Amino acid sequence: MVNIGLSGLGKMGISHLAIANSHPKVKLIGVCDTSSYVRDVLSKYTGVRVYSDYQALLNETTLDAIIIATPSRFHGQMVRAALERNLNVFCEKPFCLDVEAGMELAEIALRKGLVNQVGYHYRFVRSFNEAKRLINAKVLGRIHHIRIEAYGPVVLRPASATWRTSRNEGGGCLYDYACHAIDMMNYLVGQPQSVGGTVLSKVFSRDVEDEVYATLFFPDGMTGQIAVNWSDDTFRRMSMEVTIWGTNGRMTIDRQQIKTFIRDAASNSLPIAQGWDVRYTTDLPLDVRYYLRGEEYSAQMDYFFQSITEGRKDNISSFASAVQTDLVVSMMLRDADRTYRKVETRSKPQASKQRPARSLLTMIQGTLR
Amino acid sequence: MKLLQQCKQGLPMDRILFGDNQFFAVNHMSEEKARTQAIRFQNVQAIIDVLDAAYDAGIRVFMCTTHERVADICEHVRSNPKRYPELIFYPCMPYAHKYANAVTEYGMIETLRRFLPERGALAAILQGGVSLARRDVEGIARLLIDAEMKMFKGLKTPVIFLQNVMTDLMLGIGIRDGFRIFADHVQERYGAEPGFITMNMPHLLDALEKIGLENPIICANINKIGFRMCGGIKLYEEVIASRRFRPVAMSVLASGAIRPREAIEYVCGHKKIRSIVFGASSRSNIEETKRLIEEYSSR
Repeated sequence: MVNIGLSGLGKMGISHLAIANSHPKVKLIGVCDTSSYVRDVLSKYTGVRVYSDYQALLNETTLDAIIIATPSRFHGQMVRAALERNLNVFCEKPFCLDVEAGMELAEIALRKGLVNQVGYHYRFVRSFNEAKRLINAKVLGRIHHIRIEAYGPVVLRPASATWRTSRNEGGGCLYDYACHAIDMMNYLVGQPQSVGGTVLSKVFSRDVEDEVYATLFFPDGMTGQIAVNWSDDTFRRMSMEVTIWGTNGRMTIDRQQIKTFIRDAASNSLPIAQGWDVRYTTDLPLDVRYYLRGEEYSAQMDYFFQSITEGRKDNISSFASAVQTDLVVSMMLRDADRTYRKVETRSKPQASKQRPARSLLTMIQGTLR
Repeated sequence: MKLLQQCKQGLPMDRILFGDNQFFAVNHMSEEKARTQAIRFQNVQAIIDVLDAAYDAGIRVFMCTTHERVADICEHVRSNPKRYPELIFYPCMPYAHKYANAVTEYGMIETLRRFLPERGALAAILQGGVSLARRDVEGIARLLIDAEMKMFKGLKTPVIFLQNVMTDLMLGIGIRDGFRIFADHVQERYGAEPGFITMNMPHLLDALEKIGLENPIICANINKIGFRMCGGIKLYEEVIASRRFRPVAMSVLASGAIRPREAIEYVCGHKKIRSIVFGASSRSNIEETKRLIEEYSSR
């Protein structure tokens, strides 16, 4: 039995609560949230122990693992407190607003041999898993370009202020939405070396961006483009599409399907159709024991619990990989700042006083083994 | 007790139910197809034309979410009683995306306030001595159900379903009282039978039995390839064959992964399945699917 606690009962927290609680090998010990209403309702209808204070939850219970689904600015301190108590940690995305702190936490988790995972659930979507398998087998030849687009209906009018509308708290389309696209890019083809032409623009929000556009540069000359807009209500929910071009064809992937066009099938080690081939979610089944909103949410949580019970130390969405994503986010923020200054002053950008992105990248590559 | 007796007996349900996913850009196989459908059905008349085709083919039940555009369809049906003398609705609530998006934007409590039927309603609860502050979940749930049901005023709604996101969320968290609150309210207020849509049918049946809801109506994916049948196709088949409930099969074609004849043959082979819900966008597909269901049901 894995004894778990959960902090933060927003949309993701409640979803994780249902998934964890329905797991036959998991016992939900305590839940923490700042809303007394949510706490009382949960306690009344389920009998679970509730806490208003995270430290009290940690102090008064004996846990094997914690799920952290609070607003992003609390992630760092909560993860640290949990690691200090030798708890395995599942943290919602984005991992840590302070990249260096995130790196340190990744190192602590690694050193202590604790299971550490971040909620990038697209890494558990079968079509993307299949894409990664094909990329690793080099069916596309040498990849020269990747494009990721993600659109959805989050902010559709001037919105009231919540933590999502404050950059310092991890709000905005970049932290809250585009990080999924960035993480998927890292997952499929590795992390970019630098970014350019980053545009973070507002559509409805006052303090944060609603659109994110950028070009990404990879070590071997490969390039990428990212386009994310959370003010697009032509989609019911977040929709992400990835297109990859290589010397032996192209591939388009979304949550439902994977389309490949292979120029020369004979050159591949995998049995793959030449020309166009389309496969759907129903061709790539992912059986989960419990379903809520999508197989990937159960799959990522069950993977986390399984990692604990089986003592598995690697993780397909580890703190270290999430720090890579945070790092690209911070590179984009700096680049956008430069771009704006260029447009506004028509002058050369000033050299950044911050640590250059490259050296951070080198450091994180070290932690990733 | 009334509810229990009624459930034991069970209202006769239509064999064929017409679904609405195709009208609201829900397609589990392809974003492209979903987009094409969204464009085709942006005009409510296009939806009504397809509904007319289903009605003319002899299908009497429209099983639909409480999507805001369904309100226009309801209005059309109310305005043309002679055209649809036998049409009945099986509403499925809530339409989860509007709540999910609002929770992201406003947080939990503000979302509740926004979706309570009228500004006056919240005040009414407060005055009545039951309030958000006193955690009167049951009162609030009843008001939210009423808000969702408003669009069906004056129409026949003999079965009211709880959507799978809500059913499965309560199932996972373990809020079994939520099922009872829903069942009691739709029965008392609307004289309707409660139905439950789920992706976790065997677990849900256990939970409903534990709260004493006998012979419940449960709508779940039931298809030959086991698509979104949590617990596995074998367990589903055993539960359907051996347990007492009224199964309604949805996603029988697994979003087009199974050929219609093969799909219908499989579902109709399980004699305890009461009803089959399917969605289609053309007259010929509606007629063909209905014909197949009738052909295999009579075997």
